[in-house]
This record gives sequence, C-alpha cells and structure tokens, in this order.
Amino acid sequence: MATSALEYGHATAAKRSVLVEWLTTVDHKKIGIMYGASAFIFFLIGGLEALVIRTQLMRPDNHLVTPDFYNQLFTMHGTTMIFLAVMPISAMFFNFFVPLLIGARDVAFPRLNAMSLWIFILGGLFLNFSFLLGAAPNGGWFGYAPLSSRMYAPGHNMDFWVIGLQILGVASLAAGVNFFTTILNMRARGMTLMRMPIFVWAVLVTQVLVLLSFPVITVALIYLMLDRTFGTSFFNLTANGDPMLWQHLFWVFGHPEVYILILPAFGIVSEILPVFARKPLFGYSAMVFSMAFIAFLGFGVWSHHMFATGMGPLADSFFSLATMLIAIPTGVKIFNWIGTLWGGSLQFKTPLYFALGFIAMFIMGGLSGVIHAVAPADLQQTDSYFVVAHFHYVLFGGSIFSLTAGAYYWWPKMFGKLLDEGLGKAHFWVMLAGFNLTFFPMHFVGLLGMPRRIYSYPAGLGFDTLNLLSTVGAFLLGSSFLIFSYNIIKTWRSGAQAPADPWNGATLEWSIPSPPQEWNFAVEPIVTEKDPLWGLKRAAGVKVLPEPPRVSGEGIHLPAPSWWPLIVSVGFLTFLVGIMVKHASAFPFGPISIAGFAITLYGIYKWAYEPVDGHAPTT
Amino acid sequence: MTTAALDLHAHDAGAHHTSMPVPSRKLAMWVFIASECMFFATLISTFVIYRDSHAKGPGPKDVFGVPLVTAGTAVLLFSSFFVVMALNGAQQGDRKKLLRWLSLTVLCGVFFVGMQVYEFTHFVTEKHLGYTTNLFASSFYTLTGFHGTHVAVGTLWLATLLKDAWKGRIPPAKALNLEIAALYWHFVDVVWIIIFPVVYLMSLGR
Ligand SMILES: [Cu+2]
Repeated sequence: MATSALEYGHATAAKRSVLVEWLTTVDHKKIGIMYGASAFIFFLIGGLEALVIRTQLMRPDNHLVTPDFYNQLFTMHGTTMIFLAVMPISAMFFNFFVPLLIGARDVAFPRLNAMSLWIFILGGLFLNFSFLLGAAPNGGWFGYAPLSSRMYAPGHNMDFWVIGLQILGVASLAAGVNFFTTILNMRARGMTLMRMPIFVWAVLVTQVLVLLSFPVITVALIYLMLDRTFGTSFFNLTANGDPMLWQHLFWVFGHPEVYILILPAFGIVSEILPVFARKPLFGYSAMVFSMAFIAFLGFGVWSHHMFATGMGPLADSFFSLATMLIAIPTGVKIFNWIGTLWGGSLQFKTPLYFALGFIAMFIMGGLSGVIHAVAPADLQQTDSYFVVAHFHYVLFGGSIFSLTAGAYYWWPKMFGKLLDEGLGKAHFWVMLAGFNLTFFPMHFVGLLGMPRRIYSYPAGLGFDTLNLLSTVGAFLLGSSFLIFSYNIIKTWRSGAQAPADPWNGATLEWSIPSPPQEWNFAVEPIVTEKDPLWGLKRAAGVKVLPEPPRVSGEGIHLPAPSWWPLIVSVGFLTFLVGIMVKHASAFPFGPISIAGFAITLYGIYKWAYEPVDGHAPTT
Repeated sequence: MTTAALDLHAHDAGAHHTSMPVPSRKLAMWVFIASECMFFATLISTFVIYRDSHAKGPGPKDVFGVPLVTAGTAVLLFSSFFVVMALNGAQQGDRKKLLRWLSLTVLCGVFFVGMQVYEFTHFVTEKHLGYTTNLFASSFYTLTGFHGTHVAVGTLWLATLLKDAWKGRIPPAKALNLEIAALYWHFVDVVWIIIFPVVYLMSLGR
C-alpha cells in the first residue's frame, strides 16, 4: 500500500461537519446504516398504510376512507414494502456485511455505492411525496397496463409510480454491478468461492437476479411512460397493442423479484442457525447449488401469475410443472436448516427465535405456494385473499422474520451495543402472534370468496369475524415494532457494550472490534477454510479470541469522500421528474429534464476525474 | 452504471489484490453488459411482436432503405476494428498510433449517429412515419433510438479518452481506461449486428 503523506482526504477530514461527512461518505458501513435507517422509516410508513387498510376492512360496509384513497393505500403499501423496505433493508446487510464477511476494506466501487444509496433515498421520497399532492399511485404494485395508461388512470398518480420505479431500478442495477464485482474480486486471500460465507453466496445469486430481471421491468416502465407522456400505444388495445405484453414483461421481472426478496433472507438464516446451534451449516454445497437452481428456475415460471388470462393448456402445464419443480431446491434448503439444528447445542437467543420463526412461517407460505402452482386450483384462488395470505407468509413470515433475525444478530457489530434480550423475545412473541392472527384467517376468507383490492364488503357473507380478527392481529403486529423501536432507543441510551464476538461467531466480521473501525481490517485477513473464525479458535484452543485492539490505521488507503454521487443522483431525479412534469405530447424534453441531464453529465465528468485515494483518519 | 466504467482515475492496475485474474472495472463492465443484454432483448422482442402492426400509416417495406443502413453497419463494424488498433497503440505506448486510430473510431461513432439522425428525419418528414403513427413506428424508433443513444454515449466517452490521449494522459499503465470503453463499444456494435438483420432485413424479406 503506497503512503503519500497528507493527502486531501486526511487533511480535510477534521474540518468536515457531521452532516457533510454523511452526505459525502463512501464508507460501505455508513452507507449501510443510511440504507437501514431510511428503509426502516419507509417500512413504518408502509406499515401505517397497512393499518389504515385493516381499519377500513375491520367491519362490513365501512367508509373510513374513500375507494380511491383505498386504491392509493394498497398500491403504496405493496410498492413501499417491496422496493422501499425489504429490498433496501437487505441492501443494508449487503453493504455493511459483505465486505466484512469476505475480508475486504470496502466494496469495489465505493462512490457508485453511495450513488445507489442516494438514488434509492430520492426515489423513495419522490414516491411518497405523491401523498402530499393527494395523488399517490393507485393502480396496484404491478401497475397492469392498459389499466395504468392515461386513459384509465388520469392524473399524476401512476406517473409517480412509473418514474419512481425507474429511479429505484437504477439504484438496484448499480448496486448489482457493484456487489457482483465486489464478491468475485475483493475476497480475502484464500477465500475460494466454496469457502465464502453462505450469506455472501445468497447476495451473489440475488445480484444475478437483479441484473437480469431489472432491465426487463425498466423497458416495460419506459413503454408505459412513453404511452402516458409521449402518446405511443404500446399498451393501447384500440391501436393493436397486445393486452398480454405488460403482464409478460412485468412478471418476467416480478417472479425473479420474489427471490430477490427471499434469497438474502435465506442467507441470513443460514448464517444464524450454525452459530446458535454450535455446529457448521449442514450441506453447505447443497445450499449453494439449491440457491443457484432456484434462481435459474425463477426465470422460467413467470406465467404462473397469469393462469387466469387463458394461455391455453400447454403453457399452463409448463408453468405449473416448472413452478412445482422449485419446491425441490427449496425443500433441500429447509431440510438442511433442520439438519443444522439437529443435534446442535441450541443457544436460545433472540436471533435464533426469529430464525426458527422464519423456518416455520416460510414453510407455511411455501405450502400455499405449491397449491397455487396447480393451475386449476389457482383459478379458484387467484385475486382472492388466499393469495394475500400466501405472499405475506413468504414475505413477512419469510423475509421480515429473517431480516429481523439479522438485525438482532448483527446489531452489536453495527453499533457496538447488544439489543436487550428480554425485549427482543417479547418482540418475537408479539410479532409471531400478531402475524398469524392477521394472515392465517385470510386463507379462509379468501377461499370463502373475498377478492383482493376491494375497499369494502357487505355483511352476511361470512367475512365479518375473520376480517375483524385480521385487523386485531394487524395492530398487534404493528405494536411488536413499537417494542422493537423501544428496544433500539433503550439500547442506544444505555445498552451493554458489545464485545467483538458476542455470539461465538464463525465468520470474519467477529474478528474485528464492534463497531468496526473505518478500514475494517487493520491487517488484511488470510482464509484457509470455511468458518475461518471457528478454525482460529480451535487452533488456539480457546472459546473466545482475545478482544482485538482498536488501532490507529495510519497509512491505510481508503477512498476519499465525494459529493458527486449525490449530485449525479439529484441530476438523474431531476431528469426523470422533468419528463413527468412536461406532460405534453411534443417530443423534445422540457427545460427541467435538460437541466437534470446537464447536472448528471457534469457530475459524471467531475466524478470520473476526481482523485479517489484518501487516508484513514486517525481516531 | 456507465459512471463506474468512466472511473478514469480508479486504482492503478496491480496496486490492489483481486481474487479473479481480471481488474474490477473490467469485470464490472462485463457484468453491466450482461444486464444490458436483457435490456436490448426486451426491446428487440417487442419490435418483433409489433413489426406487423401498421394498419395505419407506412410499414417496414414502405420506409426501410437498405443501402444507407448497410453503410452504417459497415462503419460500426470497422470502428470495432479501429478501437482495437487504438488500444494496441495505447498498450505499446505508441501515442501516434493511439491518436490516429482512436480519432477514426470517434469519427465512425459520429457518422453512425449522424446516419441515424438523417434516417429518422427522412422517415418522419418524407415517409410520414411519426413516432406515434403506429406500433411498428413506436417500437422501431424506441429500439433503434436506445441503441443510438448507446452509440452516442460511447462516442462521447471515446472522445473524452481521445482528449486524454492528446494530453498524454493514457500511458500503457492506464490502457485499461480505453480497454473498458472498447469493451462497451464492441457490445454496442454486437447489438447492432443483431438489430440489422432482425429489424431491417427480416422485416423486408417477409
Ligand atoms: Cu411467481
């Protein structure tokens, strides 16, 4: 590592205010924390939307909200939870932990990483800004065209959705390129692919899905934007537009997207179970291959979302069979998790509670998923609350349980404090009870015939009690996150200081101080086996390694902070907002778009010519 | 996304250990290209679905002229060869060779974009094929327009590198900067090699 004395980064670091430090940071840990904090706020907003929905449905013939506002609520609830909560909370873990788990000092492209963050935050704010104009998206998270075209969806509602999703897509794609490269190229010496922590494998496979599926939705969104703004007819049936085009393009993206939401969760649980069972992950390579197989099959099953469109027996059979096939690698994973627990000396800490909750809830969601794979059965269930029950069991029971497990597991590493165990377990039980009370009755109310996305229902159809139960459950579920928030505040104020390795971990992040210093590893680690930290402990004959010292970091090269990622993100947002505001059918871009384009281009040039090397500030 | 690859002053090659025998920026460009394949695959499929949707207004046989597009194709093909020669010059530290071939590449890019601007103008004003005339038009202009935008971005990028090369800022140790741009340029070229037969020739031969 070259050391050129007193470079830019070092000399100015002391003068920077805290705000400027966070706005210009390229440190993957700070970026991860910002991902997590903003995503948690969006998660709470999405949860609030769900509570209003449940209050509206609490009893028959309720008129708490107008039908149109109800449409906005369920559209934004779905869009928020998928794109602004689960994906970026996963991204928090990618950012903070992938470099630590592979023994790197940062990601491959730190400034690009910052750009992903800012584009995500701006896109999320932009989407939610629509509420202030009373024009939140109202066409469902899937935005089916032509229903979402200007003819059937006038007003700016769906413009916000079309533009917002394009913005968020760019953030995901940039992060996809970054993390794929980071994982392949920044691993510590000796960390072969088959020695990588299983979470890193999950991230790698997830990025492949992002990289190959997001371009498809991007094109679909561009078509829809052109239809809405420039007067084309890609989805206009009267002008020979294909009524199936949107559905195909959307679900070619949409099905891989569900694995983008669940594979990181698989990875987190696969890290937690071995640590709290005190034995290595059962069937590591089977876990890796099953993830790859799930991802591969995930691109060949999209039309199982379209059985009701009448594709014909051949297509129905193909997509039915392909979908059922996915149950096999998924089953492999579940058996391996159970195999990991089998015979282990289980340490019943909060992360394990949530991980076990994940397995149980995910199995239930998986089972109703296999039912949907049967095309004739799906015709009965499609667009009913049975489907709502199914995907909440996999997305909440699966993803959110696992992400929460990850939060309790990695909190001490991120913030140097251990979350309270008692409150954590209370959080778990309230969440488990609230979750099942909310979503289990939806199976029944769905099979009784209650359709999705209706804002009210008449009394006497047998829906009343079940809906009331769901609403009570939803408030219980919401309150579990109040416990979590209280836990966070309490820990912040007076939590126990966490050691470097509070759980007897197996992976590299536990070998460095909590929280890590800016350069992560004072000495770049060398890896000779899977679960490297357990190997070290075995070799030293100890249960806990001595607490690693905090060092000065003098002479360690780190990327310098930069304004350009933020500026490029603002320019890009301005460019797309300009298209939305223009709204006339004349083709050339309006002045706002041109200004945004100019800012973006200028930012990219300054970025490209900016020196990247700085120094670690001494602490 | 292209910003990553535009990272002209990232770490010097060899200064950092990489797990794979490929510099990170080059790997990132390959990954980006993989993603772009899906982008263009979607655009091309849509065109194939919609090329016969021209009940109103002109269709492919009424507007497409082969000679001009063939010239554009040839120019783009040659430019891929030129950029390889330029890269060779950069790697050998032969500044004259680098400048000569790189300027030829940039010229090809400018010519191609110019050809497309002329083609679009010609279609709109003389053949009366507006952007929203029919679905054939919309899907054609969208596909080739996005490809043309990629060519324009590549031309701008290569022109920037030409400026760098002029100032002597691309020594052999920094040839990677050009190599990544060349990789992108080849990809844009390959996409056109698919568009040319699928969009022009096959639509005419039906
Ligand atoms: Cu699916």
